[in-house]
Amino acid sequence: MRITCTVNGQARELDDVWEGESLLYVLRERMGLPGSKNACEQGECGSCTVYLDGETVCSCLVAAGQADGREIRTVEGLSDGERLHPIQQAFVETGAVQCGFCTPGLLVQIEDLLRRTPDPTDLEIREALAGNLCRCTGYEQILEAVRLAAGRIRSTA
Amino acid sequence: MTLRTESSTSTGRIGDSPQRPDATLKVTGQFAYSSDLWMEGMLWGSTLRSPHPYARIRSIDIAPALAMAGVQAVLTADDVPGINAYGLDHPDQPVLAEDVVRYQGEPVALVAADHPEVARLAAERIVVDYEQLTPITDAMTAVGHVDWNTPGRTGVPSLHPDGNLVRHVKIRTGDPDPKADVVIIGEYDVGMQDQAFLGPESGLAVPAEDGGIDLYVATQWLHVDQKQICAALGLGPDKVRLTLAGVGGAFGGREDLSMHVHACLLAIHTGKPVKIVYNRAESFLGHVHRHPARMRYEHGVRRDGTIVYVHATIYLDGGAYASSTPAVVANAATMGIGPYDVPNVRMDCYGAYTNNPPCGAMRGFGTVQAAYAYEAQLDRIAAELGLDPVGVRCRNALHEGSRVPTGQLVDSAAPVVELLHRVEALPLPPPVDPSRLDLREQPGGVSNTTHGEGVRRGVGYAVAFKNVGFSEGFDDYSTARVRLEIVGGEPVVTVYTAAAEVGQGLVTVEQQIVRTELGVEKVVLAPADTRVGNGGSTSASRQTYVTGGALKAACEAVRAEVFDVAQRCYGRMVRGLRLVDGKVVSDTEGGIGSLADLLADTVVERTVEWRHRPTYPLDPETGQADAHVQYAFAAHRAVVDVDTELGLVKVVALDCVQDVGRAINPQAVRGQIYGGSVQGLGLAVMEEIVVTDGLVRNASFTDYLIPTILDVPPMRVELLEYADPHAPYGLRGVGEPPTISSGPAILSALRQATRQPLTHIPVHPDHLIGGPVALTNPE
Repeated sequence: MRITCTVNGQARELDDVWEGESLLYVLRERMGLPGSKNACEQGECGSCTVYLDGETVCSCLVAAGQADGREIRTVEGLSDGERLHPIQQAFVETGAVQCGFCTPGLLVQIEDLLRRTPDPTDLEIREALAGNLCRCTGYEQILEAVRLAAGRIRSTA
Repeated sequence: MTLRTESSTSTGRIGDSPQRPDATLKVTGQFAYSSDLWMEGMLWGSTLRSPHPYARIRSIDIAPALAMAGVQAVLTADDVPGINAYGLDHPDQPVLAEDVVRYQGEPVALVAADHPEVARLAAERIVVDYEQLTPITDAMTAVGHVDWNTPGRTGVPSLHPDGNLVRHVKIRTGDPDPKADVVIIGEYDVGMQDQAFLGPESGLAVPAEDGGIDLYVATQWLHVDQKQICAALGLGPDKVRLTLAGVGGAFGGREDLSMHVHACLLAIHTGKPVKIVYNRAESFLGHVHRHPARMRYEHGVRRDGTIVYVHATIYLDGGAYASSTPAVVANAATMGIGPYDVPNVRMDCYGAYTNNPPCGAMRGFGTVQAAYAYEAQLDRIAAELGLDPVGVRCRNALHEGSRVPTGQLVDSAAPVVELLHRVEALPLPPPVDPSRLDLREQPGGVSNTTHGEGVRRGVGYAVAFKNVGFSEGFDDYSTARVRLEIVGGEPVVTVYTAAAEVGQGLVTVEQQIVRTELGVEKVVLAPADTRVGNGGSTSASRQTYVTGGALKAACEAVRAEVFDVAQRCYGRMVRGLRLVDGKVVSDTEGGIGSLADLLADTVVERTVEWRHRPTYPLDPETGQADAHVQYAFAAHRAVVDVDTELGLVKVVALDCVQDVGRAINPQAVRGQIYGGSVQGLGLAVMEEIVVTDGLVRNASFTDYLIPTILDVPPMRVELLEYADPHAPYGLRGVGEPPTISSGPAILSALRQATRQPLTHIPVHPDHLIGGPVALTNPE
């Protein structure tokens, strides 16, 4: 089947997509955007989180055909191309990145959180990120990163 | 100490916490993990696995798979050109099963196709005729024991030619028949834990024109992989070249081969690049796990709480193949009574073959299981004698100068008492305020199962005791090559090592060591591959110690050569030379010159193979030996709230104090402690691969739960830095201790809250409900 969509602001058209493929597969294997990660393929780990028409979804649970005509934003679209997004910068500084496999999904989910809740409490952060598994960090430095990024975004807003 | 930082403007030296060199790539999605690799024209591999835990293979029909459009190869054991056996300790595991399968998930056949789903569907079409056999699923039964440490069972079929006993380690020290005032006996069992790294097993094998193969793979030890792959492919090491691809976590689960040989076989057979990526269900079947353990501990104590003796028996279920079971058995045995000074010890630790999933390395490596038992025993001693649990631990604690049960002298810091006192002194979380109750902080969370009714709080302590590095005489070394040259007028150092970065931050530490030793800001890390010498395993908390040691030594060799060059330029010997900020300076004569001027076109390169001090094999009858390199210690305090009506748990606090010798990178050290503590939390309260009759029942993240950010409490971490004089920079291995003590501290807290014995780990909700139970010795 043919799929037409917008990814990170660019119009994309794909032919010969097999109907059984997920949005995650199409992003990773057909569009050259492997930033979104496949760690469970059943919506449990959040590593594949992307925006679909402005809502965060697990792209492993979205059939490729469901993405037709829609707007997608991935971890590759977070930075403006020159500077890291403040959340990315905070991850780098606080040690929130170890193996980094969960990082792309977390970054997208955190951006969504901070757009809705610019000054979240720790419990709000925990609740918002409960669908993103991380096996390396114990989450402590991820919390630090969210607090740091939230403060910086608020101070520049 | 010769480190001088006062005149340097660099901030990336040891003791600092500079940015990871791979951090920007990782936060932008550009970092190439093993599952991200792609080549024009590549094929996808898939693996057919046994659905049975134990069966004979009567026949395999690959024709239906070959007939599928898009399928390019279907391979079985007959297609393995070399030796169809591999293994970390000894080669007992087939690359592809021949006449028998010994566990559910054992690889039987391979498919390469032009789409991953085609490959998977084709594998399902392969027809294997199995004759099912009765699996052996209990380690004690497998080794022919009728009771703890009691042989006598006959007629148990042997799963391997030499029987079902992989290893028995005995430790005997002191009085074999000691007398004590009070005897505490406990039996404990620990379930099978999964490493649950997020990046699945994956890699890309590329056939080369020389008839060899280039494999890009996520692993913990390139050279041990290479050796096993060479044997299976029947190729020499010059023809099998490995490069580390991005690793999405490891935790021991990548010490063994997974898809490595399979992808190489398919690539050589088809002449095309072949990529294999496991999905999560396959990952659960495709790597070894933490050994399930059954343990019986008998502690004899004086009325004042002094431990007189420990008699312990441990059975570790190694599953179908040996993997690293022999070393895990030795660890469980030698570390198995914990960080306590006990004069009389009788320890028997058995590793067994069964038809359960193979078990091997996972963070903590045999000591995690034992810690649940010895720490539970310490709490029972305290309860029985009416003593304080921390006090009993301190009374019996190891110190520098103590001898462990193997007779080895503890010859550097062992601050067990201080760790306990410091973690005890950390502020406790406030009691729950019913007027400001937040469901997210309650057991059961937003399921809204309690507003505080039936909730009881408990506090518990535990101490970790872990050996660092490879033990028992293993030739444990690492190789580092360091090249210093002037590029564009600036000094640049390139580091070559095969040591695997798996997320822990070795790459950052490597740069810090070079900046510290050579005073050069720009440090380039070459990709880790097998063109440079063996870097040893990224395991046993050893890489900063051993590869760090090799890199430090290589830098020292480079520095000596640079000083020679400088003195030749200067025309005479100069005393007190140092390298600072790209310049050679003398303590007595000031600046000698910049590296750029002194070296010009000269390239200084040195390669060093570096070993830690030797270790020795355990005496087979008494277990006596200086078997270990270094001991590491951590103490945890856990605070839990338990809904005693529903058996739900909220871990409220999980604080840790750890002696790290020297914090080379404090931020990364903390990251290890936070992350390790949470893996311990997982095993304590939620993580278990459920295996019944040899079949895995929960091979998914829906059914095998690992802690989310909501399951994890705020954690306080405090570091002690007592330098180990035997180690580079005085450092002590960091990665494993927090995984060892966090879970037992949680169990201790849960027992205090519930007055339940909690002898199975992880605890289940039904273990936590009901009235208090008096803890007594088993019949």
